[in-house]
Amino acid sequence: MNAQLQPTGSAYFMARETEKPETHTLSVLVDNEPGVLARVIGLFSGRGYNIESLTVSETEHETHLSRITIVTRGTPHVLQQIKHQLERIVPVHRVVDLTVRAQELGQERPLERELALVKVAGTGTDRVEALRLADAFRAHVVDANTEHFIFQITGKSSKIDQFIAIMRPLGLVEICRTGVAAMNRGHQGM
Amino acid sequence: MSNGQNERREMTGAEMVVQALKDNGVKHIFGYPGGAVLPIYDELFQQDDVEHILVRHEQGAGHAAEGYARSTGKAGVMLVTSGPGATNAVTPLQDALMDSIPLVCITGQVPTSLIGSDAFQECDTVGITRPCTKHNWLVKDVNDLSAIIHEAFHVATTGRPGPVVVDIPKDVQFAKGTYVSPQTAPRTSYKPRVQGDLGQIKAAVELMAKAKKPILYTGGGVVNSGPEASHLLRELVDLTGFPITSTLMGLGCYPASGKNWLGMLGMHGTYEANMAMHDCDVMLCIGARFDDRITGRLDAFAPNSRKIHIDVDPSSINKNVHVDIGILGDVATVLEDMVRLWRATVKADKKALHPWWEQIARWRARDSLAFKTNPDVIMPQYAISRLYELTKDHDTYITTEVGQHQMWAAQYFHFDKPNRWMTSGGLGTMGYGLPAALGVQIAHPDALVIDIAGDASIQMCIQEMSAAIQHDAPIKIFILNNQYMGMVRQWQQLLHGNRLSHSYTEAMPDFVKLAEAYGAHGIRCEKPDELDDAIREMITVRKPVIFDCRVANLANCFPMIPSGKAHNEMLLPDEATDEAVANAIDAKGRELV
Repeated sequence: MNAQLQPTGSAYFMARETEKPETHTLSVLVDNEPGVLARVIGLFSGRGYNIESLTVSETEHETHLSRITIVTRGTPHVLQQIKHQLERIVPVHRVVDLTVRAQELGQERPLERELALVKVAGTGTDRVEALRLADAFRAHVVDANTEHFIFQITGKSSKIDQFIAIMRPLGLVEICRTGVAAMNRGHQGM
Repeated sequence: MSNGQNERREMTGAEMVVQALKDNGVKHIFGYPGGAVLPIYDELFQQDDVEHILVRHEQGAGHAAEGYARSTGKAGVMLVTSGPGATNAVTPLQDALMDSIPLVCITGQVPTSLIGSDAFQECDTVGITRPCTKHNWLVKDVNDLSAIIHEAFHVATTGRPGPVVVDIPKDVQFAKGTYVSPQTAPRTSYKPRVQGDLGQIKAAVELMAKAKKPILYTGGGVVNSGPEASHLLRELVDLTGFPITSTLMGLGCYPASGKNWLGMLGMHGTYEANMAMHDCDVMLCIGARFDDRITGRLDAFAPNSRKIHIDVDPSSINKNVHVDIGILGDVATVLEDMVRLWRATVKADKKALHPWWEQIARWRARDSLAFKTNPDVIMPQYAISRLYELTKDHDTYITTEVGQHQMWAAQYFHFDKPNRWMTSGGLGTMGYGLPAALGVQIAHPDALVIDIAGDASIQMCIQEMSAAIQHDAPIKIFILNNQYMGMVRQWQQLLHGNRLSHSYTEAMPDFVKLAEAYGAHGIRCEKPDELDDAIREMITVRKPVIFDCRVANLANCFPMIPSGKAHNEMLLPDEATDEAVANAIDAKGRELV
């Protein structure tokens, strides 16, 4: 789907898109009320934007606020549209493009981390190798018997991708990833 | 509203709905009863403060509420039942979303215990209406109900206005709970920005002061911002001496009789308006959104201009067209600052604009709205011109359906005030005009309310004639009857080798007999020399009228910017030979809408 290359709404758009698509991480603070996630996701599908990763959980119980972290891809113009469109949703309090913010702070990227559970089954040398590599990746064994391990690994998405690729020939059974949790470095809040 | 005993008191959900309507100043609602809203209808029956207008189809209720809202500046309110009641409301909700009309839609829902069980007349109303509302709520606890309705009115009417839905399960309507008044209801995080950034406004004024070829391009946002915005706009035009054009939605904000008026711009706009847009060096866009019907080909849109955009919706700024200065705020508030700053800082030298006005005069001389009259056949443009001449001294409100007649109405009927022109711009909803006229007439019982219609569109919501009769709303339906879906036929001629696939209105009803069947008054006119008398008759009759105005069948709507073309590549009526029309749009343009 390359709909993100075009501004929304206009079938007349014929100028070539000269901007290059970028991957950005957005933090969206919302009221934790029924349907709020559907509104956010509906916006992305309805306007042809991409979601590469989405994480949501209540972060402030007292005030019923949830924080949604979205990794999305688009040209700078489309990314700005996404931010403004998100801000139009009534239960959305605040939208911060963490990637833009990081660049303003002179950093390359915001702090982005992911957790994955990786189940690997096998015996013999594969099993030993899996355990050895897991140790090298600082993955923890959270469940095991004589035929399998479940590893818990945290870190950048690229590190998890790499870990999964390595585990694949060693008897990978299933994977569950949380999606990206992110915030900007430094003392300031979003 | 300061009634202390209403601040907090016990009542049923249905009572709360009616109380909340009263507390939000609602005098009229448009609706249709059904199983899931019966408790609310029971409450409506037992009071006189809120008048209920019974329509014949929920779509009619929505458009009537839109017409009511657009002509008064207040929120329109509709009340419908669950399931089909709610799904029938979808079209007017999306219509209101695209045209930024404040519309509060209350829907009944099956009891909470049955939600999700595929119960009779159940549908996922909040799910279905989520993308076609500004916001919506499903009320599961009667104690939240009153605050949600107050919030619904607040959200619908502030910021960029729009439609909202409050979905109320039947058991919540019966349940007893605590009512809170609008003043004491808790507010959520929703706070639209009103005040524009002064630095940006200052930069805009500096840019405008240096302009040699400026233009003001205004839209429906000026109407939405209220009458004060139109006053300030007129003041700004007088101060600056700039020429001004408007979108379809913004007609009337600046008077069509004003000397700086260039007429409407866009696909069927005037030559002078579009040429001035194309050649301008500074463009001030006020409450418009660079819609594709306005810009034409984007990479050739006002290529040598610096652009300023005032809008209350941040997502409208830099959406389709990049602007140099974006001012986020309410039109009236921003214009107030802008007028003040201009007065204080700019030494007006209107002489500098003389060459620009001379150029505009040459474009005007092209007379792009000229048409040839015919002694035997009523030309549609002539019909609208006569309608305008004969009604301009009345307190007139115009609604339209969608199609050729809508564009002719925009071109040949002239508006001097805002809120007088109700049309479906963004969604282009055929069937909008008749119910919208009903809504306008309910709000302005003594006014002359005319729905300029086409013979195809009018049949989409014709059932509301019955509602007009019931509620003594003497609306006038002026049908430009060319026996075709005229705009479809025009596009088939332009794009599809004149193969008129299904655009001929076969089995046309006899509109005069149809009017009489409803208990209204029917008029038919086929001759140009009988038109004036027939229009006078229509104005005089104090009941609904269907006016069957037989016009030239194959007239096309010009001027026109063909799809995929730029503002300076317009097709003008005197150049539009059959051959020119057939070749106006190239292969690339054919793919566009």
